[in-house]
Amino acid sequence: MKVLVPVKRVIDYNVKPRVKPDQTGVDLANVKMSMNPFCEIAVEEAVRMKEAGKAEEIVVVSIGPEKAQDQIRQALAMGADRGILVKTDADVEPLTVAKVLQKIVDEEKPQLVLLGKQAIDNDNNQTGQMLAALLGWPQGTFAFKLEHGDTLQVTREIDGGLQTVALQTPAVVTTDLRLNEPRYASLPNIMKAKKKPLDAKDIAEYGVDAAPRLQVVKVTEPPKREAGVKVESVAELVEKLKTEAGVI
Amino acid sequence: MAVLVIAEHDNTSLSDTTHKTVTAAQAIGGDVDILVAGAGAQGVADAAAKISGVRKVLHADDPKLEKRLAEAMQAVIVPLAANYDALLHPASTAGKNIMPRVAAALNVMQISDITSVEAPDTFTRPIYAGNAMQTVKSADAKKVITVRGTAFKAAEDGGSASIETIAAGDLPSISEFVSEELTKSDRPDLGAAKIVISGGRALGSTENFEKYIYPVADKLGAAIGASRAAVDAGYMPNDHQVGQTGKVVAPELYIAAGISGAIQHLAGMKDSKVIVAINKDEEAPIFQVADYGLVADLFQALPELEKAL
Repeated sequence: MKVLVPVKRVIDYNVKPRVKPDQTGVDLANVKMSMNPFCEIAVEEAVRMKEAGKAEEIVVVSIGPEKAQDQIRQALAMGADRGILVKTDADVEPLTVAKVLQKIVDEEKPQLVLLGKQAIDNDNNQTGQMLAALLGWPQGTFAFKLEHGDTLQVTREIDGGLQTVALQTPAVVTTDLRLNEPRYASLPNIMKAKKKPLDAKDIAEYGVDAAPRLQVVKVTEPPKREAGVKVESVAELVEKLKTEAGVI
Repeated sequence: MAVLVIAEHDNTSLSDTTHKTVTAAQAIGGDVDILVAGAGAQGVADAAAKISGVRKVLHADDPKLEKRLAEAMQAVIVPLAANYDALLHPASTAGKNIMPRVAAALNVMQISDITSVEAPDTFTRPIYAGNAMQTVKSADAKKVITVRGTAFKAAEDGGSASIETIAAGDLPSISEFVSEELTKSDRPDLGAAKIVISGGRALGSTENFEKYIYPVADKLGAAIGASRAAVDAGYMPNDHQVGQTGKVVAPELYIAAGISGAIQHLAGMKDSKVIVAINKDEEAPIFQVADYGLVADLFQALPELEKAL
């Protein structure tokens, strides 16, 4: 089958985000950017499917700035076959992303769209589900395990444990943390990835309504918690929890 | 103005997060109705009808709704949307699964994981793993929202709303439930517990969780949590993970043992009323948010704590 893997360029996982003093957002100037960790897991899973003979072609797409091609190249170095960059400098909402992806699905006709469950910047956790709804496809969100038989069996991380569902294909699957551990691209593969095809398009070419529905009023620091006191012993701790805090 | 709250339940009992979501709905304003969609869930509908301030309960019952899969839930919820200005679901894994599907079908942008209602069209929510709070104003005529339960007080019981049975309609069969593996535990649920004790990678093994964390949890009647590092190392299953990528908890008392306090973890517990940190590294960031810090080796401190309780 053909697998479409959308990926997002986001602030690097290890960088502590700083809120801008004018409260318009998080400062991304001169900050290290990387592929969203959940997207990396999706790329890895697609590459493993290809290695196991379950996928023929992996197409990676990113909707974002010119520089998002770095993340597409990374996916190509991990083992994806070709890339599509949909250029926009706007901070596009999941609904818009899903609509663009729907158009790409119409063109590419994949049997599976495999993507991260959420991006670590806006933490929306929406794109995969929205795309599935627009396409009328079933969805397997928060995947812990994928098995390919007559149907696609997705074991999902749910509150309280795991749940397995069988999906008719084509389907949308979103990845959770424990699905796999993404590989590092080797240097030869990074070199090879530079020669793999990468199409660049402008978001306007897809003709979707990209106007944001949510207006950001402000972005602020979360309420700070003050450090309390150090206690010297377990006995003192228990005493304070009983008398001062009154929680036990 | 009317708001529909979609109930979180397991066909037997109504989740407390539903009560909390009702509070968020009341903050938006207008009449509040609850949808109970399930299989053999009459008891849940009865419980929902008792929540104070609820106008009516809509009850859709169908074997295909037993596991509340997103595809079937979309088919039930979307036709009801015409009667409501806002649709709310607790930000559980079920809510996160179902609601974006509903939003896209209605061509609206969902507002995920809200922690406060500023105005009927304006909401605040954490972004960047809780490192920033974003306030957004929605231009959509209908709001589709998931609600972070720990941020709202539970609505009290004391009402007696009417229950209206509605037809589930034609439910899609593109997805099917196969099986479930739920963690069985006599301990309280992590999301609802008054006391939580969590262990980090310093525990070193599953056996050490059982030997050092469990006895303290038993004494306190506490739920057990774990840091992502401990989960990644395989010491505890993922549904015990506290953090931005796991569960967000806000108990009366949170005890972090052997947890350094990565941003990711703090995002999942920093709204707890009282935080206790036990760590042998006095520079650990967890101490910056702890009300009571104990610099000690947890392998000595936890047994002592168990005895002292």
